[in-house]
Amino acid sequence: MLKEYIDAIKSFAEQYLPVINVPVELWYIVWLFIFGGIVLGGMMMFGGLGAYMERRVAGFLQSRLGPNRVGPQGLLQFMADGIKLVLKEDLIPAAADKILFRLAPYVLFIGTLGVFAALPFSKYVGITNLNLGLLYILAISSLVVIGIIMAGWSSGNKWSLLGAMRSVAQIISYEIPIGICFLTIIMMAGTMNMNTITDLQSGSVINWYIFRYPPITLILFLIYFIASMAEVNRTPFDIPEAESEIVGGYHTEYSGMRFAFFYMGEYGNMFAVCAIASILFLGGWQSPLPFFILNELFGDYAVLTAIEGFGWFLSKAMFLVFMMMWLRWTLPRYRVDQLMSLCWKVLLPFSLACMLIIGFWMLK
Amino acid sequence: MSQNQEPTTIVKNAATRMSEVVLGEEMLINMGPQHPSTHGVLNKVLKTDGEIISEVFPQVGYLHRGLEKIAEKLNYHQFMPYTDRIDYLASMNCNMAYAMAVEKLASIEVPKRAEYIRVVMAEFNRIATHLVFMGTMGLETGAWTPIVYGFREREEILDLFEMTCGQRLTYNYMRIGGVSDDLPSGFVDKARRFCDMLEQKWVEYNNLLSYNQIFIMRMAKVGVLPVDLAIDYGVTGPVLRGSGVKWDLRKNEPYSVYPELEFDIPIGTGELGQVGDAWDRYMVRMREIKQSIRIIRQALDKMPSGEVRAKVGRIFKPAAGEVYSRAENPRGELGFYVVSDGSANPYRLKIRTASFNNLSAVPPISKGMMISDFVMTLGSFDIVLPEVDR
Repeated sequence: MLKEYIDAIKSFAEQYLPVINVPVELWYIVWLFIFGGIVLGGMMMFGGLGAYMERRVAGFLQSRLGPNRVGPQGLLQFMADGIKLVLKEDLIPAAADKILFRLAPYVLFIGTLGVFAALPFSKYVGITNLNLGLLYILAISSLVVIGIIMAGWSSGNKWSLLGAMRSVAQIISYEIPIGICFLTIIMMAGTMNMNTITDLQSGSVINWYIFRYPPITLILFLIYFIASMAEVNRTPFDIPEAESEIVGGYHTEYSGMRFAFFYMGEYGNMFAVCAIASILFLGGWQSPLPFFILNELFGDYAVLTAIEGFGWFLSKAMFLVFMMMWLRWTLPRYRVDQLMSLCWKVLLPFSLACMLIIGFWMLK
Repeated sequence: MSQNQEPTTIVKNAATRMSEVVLGEEMLINMGPQHPSTHGVLNKVLKTDGEIISEVFPQVGYLHRGLEKIAEKLNYHQFMPYTDRIDYLASMNCNMAYAMAVEKLASIEVPKRAEYIRVVMAEFNRIATHLVFMGTMGLETGAWTPIVYGFREREEILDLFEMTCGQRLTYNYMRIGGVSDDLPSGFVDKARRFCDMLEQKWVEYNNLLSYNQIFIMRMAKVGVLPVDLAIDYGVTGPVLRGSGVKWDLRKNEPYSVYPELEFDIPIGTGELGQVGDAWDRYMVRMREIKQSIRIIRQALDKMPSGEVRAKVGRIFKPAAGEVYSRAENPRGELGFYVVSDGSANPYRLKIRTASFNNLSAVPPISKGMMISDFVMTLGSFDIVLPEVDR
């Protein structure tokens, strides 16, 4: 993949920019910046649009309308919210540890953003093609925990501290079932490379990993979905920011743009786990049909494949995001100890059993 | 620390405790007065070890308005609007309790039709406040949708009230000797339609919240209030009935036209946990909604025609004497102790509110709880802060 990029850029440069005779490696760096900017912008957009979508979905679930005033159908609501947050006073509580307090939102945001680096958005589209993609994702997303505990500790607020403690306990425990789900997928695919995992699910819907060893992989998918919901603090696992119990949790004291970073981090994280779920279990950018519709209609162009693949990827991930929102606005939340017992007594044994069964199945 | 210490002492003690807290492993947290689950402005000082609460000191008084003193400066009619503000979610019931007390003091006969209208209004208001309770209980557990559903149906009740007296929150509808106006035309039909509609919605609430597995996990066996403790602390209303005591003033000490109406008193049976747990208290209120619908239907059927207000002078002077009158409000017993010295103003008016007594039973049962459970316990007691502080 890397070579494809470089070749493409090289030919582009030779064709249109013959005056600039620079090494190809520099072009690669420029490409990274461009794509990184696109992803960063896209994720920030998703932070806003996700919040809009959430409020709209919630509105319809609760027999009301939700935001519908700013722009067509309220689509520009996130701009208004963003402007409001930027213009807010930059408040830091007197009791706060100022350096950590300032740093925490960015650490959390980097942890979220880092995940996007390894995601294959479509055929030929992605920032990098890491061979250890899954391991990298597992590692970089742990940075979120550090951001949360920094925020909770540095706020100088007891509710924040309680929220941070809850959050760390929760995320660390739920990383174990997630890790086992990853491990099973790695076992099935024989690789940690996200692109290869996606390629292995090509063909049609029956080749998706969710249907590979029925119904074990389906259970595995559900375990991953539940655990990832806990990982990103969504109801019924929104214990770290349980409003009625500990006010705002770790971001109680945050306001303005710092709060917006937490918010974008949260929605970005939500999108990231849903994207990972769709890549690992639902074939990522692969079409559910044996062919790509656009290719069938207009000929075998790589661009069309990339565009349609991106569409499939986005729709799968967004469907899972919608599922998370649906659950959030329906269910109450667990208590801390109940959450832990769900993780250690239900999800962990079940995921281990799934891994074992699939292992034996593959041996057969 | 005992319950009857003054707030200032508690604060002082809390301050001295700070030193041990800092040295030890425990943490002192102010839960409120600005906290999402305080239902108003209540400050609870929690002494916790991580998430486990070792002591709770509720500090009341943020909403104290001196209603009892105000009453002494006003004549009997003029105090009626103030009773709206005792429990703003159940103003009709408070109106009714006050009117009953003064009528008992001055021996005023209330027309039959007025009594029926009062009962209909009181029961509608009971439903409205229980719907709000259902919603807020959902919020405590983190479910955001029930409150919208609860408010959606409450809105219809408020429409009915608005039709009747022009107000949607503080009604000031009842008068000493009856009610201010007769029911408007179309009220009865609309009320009946609402009752039919609510019965269907009731099932929906239960499917969405009451029998939700996570909700049951959060509520059952949490905040168990033993019967003897409840009685010791003077707990009344659904909280007491949730502990399994069949005590309802509408049955045990019938007033108004309740003896002529048929209804049951739901009590907590511990069907999903223990008797007197938060789920029992919750479900008692949900079942009371059904009973209130029953009462409203019967009252609408039996309602006679005639006057709605007895002839009472603008300024009247009851003979010197004293009276204690109580009524079953959505939150428990609301009692008015009125002393007359023969003048146009009450000499003394003492209000006994259910929320205050119910709140006093929270600290003894919340030792050793987690913060999450404490929120559920306090929520299931369904206190209203203006009623606590008056």
